[in-house]
Amino acid sequence: MKTYEEVFSELKRKKEGALVAFVVIGDPDYKTSLEIAKKIADSGADILELGIPFSDPIADGKTIQAADVRSLESGMNTDRAFDFVKEFREYTDIPIGFLTYYNLVYQRGIEKFYSDSRKAGVNSVLIADLSIEESADVIKASNKNKVDTVFMVSQLSSDERIKRIASLSNGFIYLVSRLGVTGTRDDLSSSTFSSIKRVRKFTSKPLCIGFGISTLSHVKDVLKAGADGAIVGSAIVDLIGKNTKNKVKMIESIQDYIKNLKDATKIRKK
Amino acid sequence: MAIEVIFDMKSLGKFGRFGGVFVPETLIPALEELEAAFTKLKDDKKFKFELNDLLTNYAGRQTPLTFCGNLSKKLGFKIYLKREDLLHSGAHKINNALGQALLARHIGKNRLIAETGAGQHGVAVATAAARLGMKADVYMGTTDIERQKLNVLRMKLLGANVVPVESGSKTLKDAINEALRDWTANVEDTHYLLGSVLGPHPFPTMIRHFQSVIGEEARKQIIELGGRLPSMIVACVGGGSNAIGIFSSFIEDKEVQLVGVEAGGKGIKTKEHAARFADSKNGRVGVIHGTKTYVLQDKYGQIQNTSSIAAGLDYCAVGPEHSLLRDVKRVVYTYATDSEAFDAFKLLSKEEGIIPALESAHAVAHLIKLSGKLKKDDVVIVNISGRGDKDLEQIEGMI
Repeated sequence: MKTYEEVFSELKRKKEGALVAFVVIGDPDYKTSLEIAKKIADSGADILELGIPFSDPIADGKTIQAADVRSLESGMNTDRAFDFVKEFREYTDIPIGFLTYYNLVYQRGIEKFYSDSRKAGVNSVLIADLSIEESADVIKASNKNKVDTVFMVSQLSSDERIKRIASLSNGFIYLVSRLGVTGTRDDLSSSTFSSIKRVRKFTSKPLCIGFGISTLSHVKDVLKAGADGAIVGSAIVDLIGKNTKNKVKMIESIQDYIKNLKDATKIRKK
Repeated sequence: MAIEVIFDMKSLGKFGRFGGVFVPETLIPALEELEAAFTKLKDDKKFKFELNDLLTNYAGRQTPLTFCGNLSKKLGFKIYLKREDLLHSGAHKINNALGQALLARHIGKNRLIAETGAGQHGVAVATAAARLGMKADVYMGTTDIERQKLNVLRMKLLGANVVPVESGSKTLKDAINEALRDWTANVEDTHYLLGSVLGPHPFPTMIRHFQSVIGEEARKQIIELGGRLPSMIVACVGGGSNAIGIFSSFIEDKEVQLVGVEAGGKGIKTKEHAARFADSKNGRVGVIHGTKTYVLQDKYGQIQNTSSIAAGLDYCAVGPEHSLLRDVKRVVYTYATDSEAFDAFKLLSKEEGIIPALESAHAVAHLIKLSGKLKKDDVVIVNISGRGDKDLEQIEGMI
């Protein structure tokens, strides 16, 4: 299993950005979801972020909410999410990040969640509703089990907070491209690019941009602006949601899309 | 007993092990700004004058404390009602709505968003927005829109935009999810006017502050009318703002028993209820909507859907301060089922000519259970948090 450090430095050597793909575990069901994850890895994604579905995902827009519903209705739960990762880990060595909400981690027991993550081969955990203020127990479990904790930083975060978040984040830092929840958008705002530059000033850790990244030019633009990776979620999940009745088409369309996105990261970064 | 509330962003508004700030990073700057504004303005002379003027001359404070002769005779102890039902717009919700709307205007945020269950908070926000010249968008689950049509109509008349929420159980929980999403996207010009002692810090503390006027008045009034402190205070608990409001002035008076009544729905053994404390299997400490508190959930932490005849009590979690008050045994929490609440609703209407909200009827239902257990001289205050006009359409055909 590769570490984030290895992946980012290898990409740097190749002058490429990282393509970080996101899907919800168990969307639309365990078996199809595993096929999708494997296809994403095969098609060139550098990192896979896997959502553990939650009943009340307040940081997510309609697309990922719908994926959470599909997954939960198919019987997904935290135990099975760990089974899923174990099975997927046998197939690939790319970094795997969990993305979820605090209550699911808390109910399993923070320490147990992290030690299970280590055993399953998870590289990092990102908890969407965990502020750095509430993170002491999580950081402790994260350090003890050597599973990275990724925090989000927002364009509204003060310089002081950016520094604190950057120092607490391991693996990479997740910059939220805009105000609001996850979901595709036509255009990126100019504030996205200025916040990439601002966060960059305070940290040399890998910086990945997510929320609203869906087109090839979005990917190119955020990498050119200084990001190390682009995170694409809702646009992939959309391909699942649109093709629930045609799994062949679902998987083929995801494969094509990932290949194109990966090509877009090969921009000969400085 | 002193219940210490630690209050500042650095200590995160903890109530013992409950409370806190569990939100995405994008919301943190707005919560910091809100905390700073609240800390500054709550003791500011001009702000206090403005709010007091609104509460007195617009909303109709102070509200009476009404002695109930007929009901007292029937049940065998002395019953007083704190009449929040007589407030403008029909419930205690206006206390908080006016306070927060005024605060929002002071920090230059002229768009208000809110969630509503029964519609009482939505109406209160729409009312405050109309009065203060602000814009209001109110999120409401479609299940609640169906059972509270009159309040939807009132909000529209008052100029608010009612946004239907189709996700999840289509009730209060989902309305809060949508309001939080809206706030994350529009946090720079929008204030989220949360309606109960829930959510991330500083909301539970701030809303307690704006509702504490209920308890301050009730304390003075009962001493004037009854010559002493009451033996017991009973309030219904959804999120728990009317209960915290009236309890807050009596917490240190050990001799006053405090009772919170949750929604027992169709019974605790069914999953169709909203009794976070009474259901010891599914009601466990967890984190929802920014705060750590007792939450109805499955073993993995997926939030459970709830059910109650009273839309305003139909919520998966309870305010974090209630969780502390329960753990330190300062407040006793119990529940009333839908049918007990409905019986109490009819009883209070017939005996005293007061139609309570179905939410408040849960507190009245507990009174009935006390009959024979209290002494003749015992004085009990029940907080009638709202009036029942909004519920008439829902109960049509049930009587």
